[in-house]
Amino acid sequence: MTVTTIDTAPAAIPTGVARGRGGGGPAPTRIVVAYGFWIFILSDIVMFSALFAAYAVLSGNTAGGPSGRELFNLRNVFIETLCLLFSSYTCGLGMLSAERRQAGHFLIFAALTFGLGAAFLLIEISEFAGMVSRGAGPSRSAFLSSFFSLVGTHGAHVTAGLVWLVYMVGQVLAKGLRAAVLRRLACFSLFWHALDIVWIGVMTLVYLMGAP
Amino acid sequence: MLGRLSWAAIPFDEPLPLISMAVVMLAILGVLTIVTVKGWLPYLWREWITSVDHKRIGVMYMLLGLVMLLRGFSDAIMMRTQQAIAVGGAQGYLPPDHYDQIFSAHGTIMIFFVAMPLVIGLMNFVVPLQLGVRDVAFPVLNSVSFWLTASGALLINASLVIGNFARTGWMGYPPLSELAFSPDVGVDYYLWSLQISGIGTLLSGVNFVTTILKLRAPGMTYFRMPVFCWTALASSLLIVAAFPILTATLMMLLLDRYLGMHFFTNDAGGNQMMYVNLFWAWGHPEVYILILPAFGVFSEVVATFSGKALFSYRSMVLATLGICVLSFTVWLHHFFTMGAGADVNAFFGIMSSIIAVPTGVKVFNWLFTMFRGRIVYRTPMLFAIGFLVTFVIGGMTGVLLAVPPVDFVLHNSAFLVAHFHNVIIGGVVFGAFAGYNYWFPKVFGFTLDERWGKAGFWCWLVGFYLAFMPLYVLGLHGMTRRLQHISDPSWQPWLLVAEAGAIVIMCGIFCQVAQLYVSIRTRELRRDLTGDPWNGRTLEWATTSPPPAYNFAVLPQVETIDAFWEMKRRGLTPAQPIYETLEMPRGSPIGVVTAFFASVTGFALIWHIWWMAILGLLGAAVALLVFGWSDDRERELTAAEVAQLERARRGLRQPA
Repeated sequence: MTVTTIDTAPAAIPTGVARGRGGGGPAPTRIVVAYGFWIFILSDIVMFSALFAAYAVLSGNTAGGPSGRELFNLRNVFIETLCLLFSSYTCGLGMLSAERRQAGHFLIFAALTFGLGAAFLLIEISEFAGMVSRGAGPSRSAFLSSFFSLVGTHGAHVTAGLVWLVYMVGQVLAKGLRAAVLRRLACFSLFWHALDIVWIGVMTLVYLMGAP
Repeated sequence: MLGRLSWAAIPFDEPLPLISMAVVMLAILGVLTIVTVKGWLPYLWREWITSVDHKRIGVMYMLLGLVMLLRGFSDAIMMRTQQAIAVGGAQGYLPPDHYDQIFSAHGTIMIFFVAMPLVIGLMNFVVPLQLGVRDVAFPVLNSVSFWLTASGALLINASLVIGNFARTGWMGYPPLSELAFSPDVGVDYYLWSLQISGIGTLLSGVNFVTTILKLRAPGMTYFRMPVFCWTALASSLLIVAAFPILTATLMMLLLDRYLGMHFFTNDAGGNQMMYVNLFWAWGHPEVYILILPAFGVFSEVVATFSGKALFSYRSMVLATLGICVLSFTVWLHHFFTMGAGADVNAFFGIMSSIIAVPTGVKVFNWLFTMFRGRIVYRTPMLFAIGFLVTFVIGGMTGVLLAVPPVDFVLHNSAFLVAHFHNVIIGGVVFGAFAGYNYWFPKVFGFTLDERWGKAGFWCWLVGFYLAFMPLYVLGLHGMTRRLQHISDPSWQPWLLVAEAGAIVIMCGIFCQVAQLYVSIRTRELRRDLTGDPWNGRTLEWATTSPPPAYNFAVLPQVETIDAFWEMKRRGLTPAQPIYETLEMPRGSPIGVVTAFFASVTGFALIWHIWWMAILGLLGAAVALLVFGWSDDRERELTAAEVAQLERARRGLRQPA
């Protein structure tokens, strides 16, 4: 099986119709799936933007409780960021190996991606646990409600991504790198990279702007 | 074990909801019995419940919307009756607690479970046919969308007998909707039913954006798409951009209620005006999500029944996209009284007036399309003309409300109620009815009865004016919305007129039920054998009525706008087509299974039955994982089979 057989070629393009204006007939499945998933990711980013907006409005409302200045540890955040960004890099390498049908390489990169993602998540969980144990839980103040919701929603996405990654590794092992599996991997990789983009926003708006 | 759920949740002391629910239950049981006894269950399961065919899903959306319209309308007539009689010393028949639930349920149902299913149902049926393709981009996801919407509708109906519904109005503003002031399950019913159906709607939006942008017949460039597809695209883009805001906002309120957070509470730094802002950042685009496809329906109907191409297609498209963008710049006009200051109010007031401009462009386009056309007054066209007159009035009262000083006087008054019913009934509902009458023969292969249809139209039109023009007057007299008791007796005559209007609308609904019944009884006489009963212009009329599962055996080649009109003009003599093997999506139970678990989870979360919520979530997750593993999602229809089906199908067809 070669790469070029993945797609069924689009229906014959009528002469005289420029493709750039969308006259080329239905797009192949690979394009449709990735495009649709992109649109879904955009909607996810809109949801995050609402959470960011809420954080921006409420970040000063500490109600006498601790502020970000007292709670945030930039060193942890730096390590978290490195984990997540490197996991995106390994995810990208994994996708490249998958497209070359190198299942062994793919599995190695998938394991690295999982490890880095899990490390990120562990640091986040320990940060959350530390804050709750110091009486700075999500119900302490509006600031903390919005903080836990925004960062926690991102964390929930990372968790879902890890589950999905394990699931995809299972599919690769069971079925090999066939077209349908590759399409699903492409969606996963889009999802994983989008989490990076959101994290850059979190790191900047929450931690860098809120830390000492 | 059962959380907050106990026998006390069933309102044995309130006969009204119990009786109505008993009737509904009996009706459902009756239908189920007939279906089981007659052995239709396997057919229903195979051909409808697990169907991923966009046409079937569109029909189910429409059915859901029409059934919920009956529920929402019975709420409406109860409120009208209460206001008409509870004047001065009289207290009426609805206690305040019950009345508050009714107006909250009425708004929630009409927006989310009537208007949305009707609009998305039309989009489902029509868009792939108009684009000249075989299905939407993600047929199985489409089924998931529908069943999640149905799951939300189920939960909201369950609130009628198990527990109660929110008393907060359909916007669910905090702090009233916070745990401190609404400690029982009402607001939770509201939140979870909207969250579940909201996911369905969002997935529909994703599906249609992808379908319209990536799946079109060869040669169908963007500027050859029918206007309804353009409006469906704009509406879907708005769904993708706006519904996640609602999801996030309701999630914050849920976190406040379930985990004691402080997004919108009065204490600990919460900010309830943030809810109002976020809600309307979704809510204003939402009204355009509803009205844009209705504009699309009218564009098709007016062009077809005037026998002319739509006047100024490009300006229609640009106006649609202009509204799509501008709809995100006007949300603050829902709360000019927040106190954001003169500058902010002036900006949003001006933007709200500007957004009326593209709508005005559209109105003139429809008028110029009709100008010197040969207008055929069929039911859809009557709804289109009724819409033009009615919507212009509603639009102008909207521009009036967009002026902040005026809004300070009319905010939350009956004038506002009259305005938005004016645009939603006169726009969205008339649009849905026009589309229903227009595309019905394409869906089922026979036309609807014209006499009952026209009678229904006139009842709706007259009833609308009788019911809502008095509310404009009452609003100007200072009557606020949502009154359970009227203290000023001089308002009563107007309220009685409004009550009469509601009864006339009820006659309209009766006529429409009769129309459906009569049409089905006489269907053999009204078969549409041509596939093109109205002398249509767009590709959905190029295939038979009803269309085969694959819509088009050979994808049409598009060379102009109004592609089918052009084909007819050049003569309908295609050469013997060369059939190819088609890949058809298999039916899948994943939609109904996911929705089942979503309903269980929602119900469990509403009643704090945590073990059941976990089981429900696990069930949904397992179902999705199982489905995500499957590869065998398509069946092949060989060229020979297609040729055989086509011969049988074309044999029935007679030339136009």
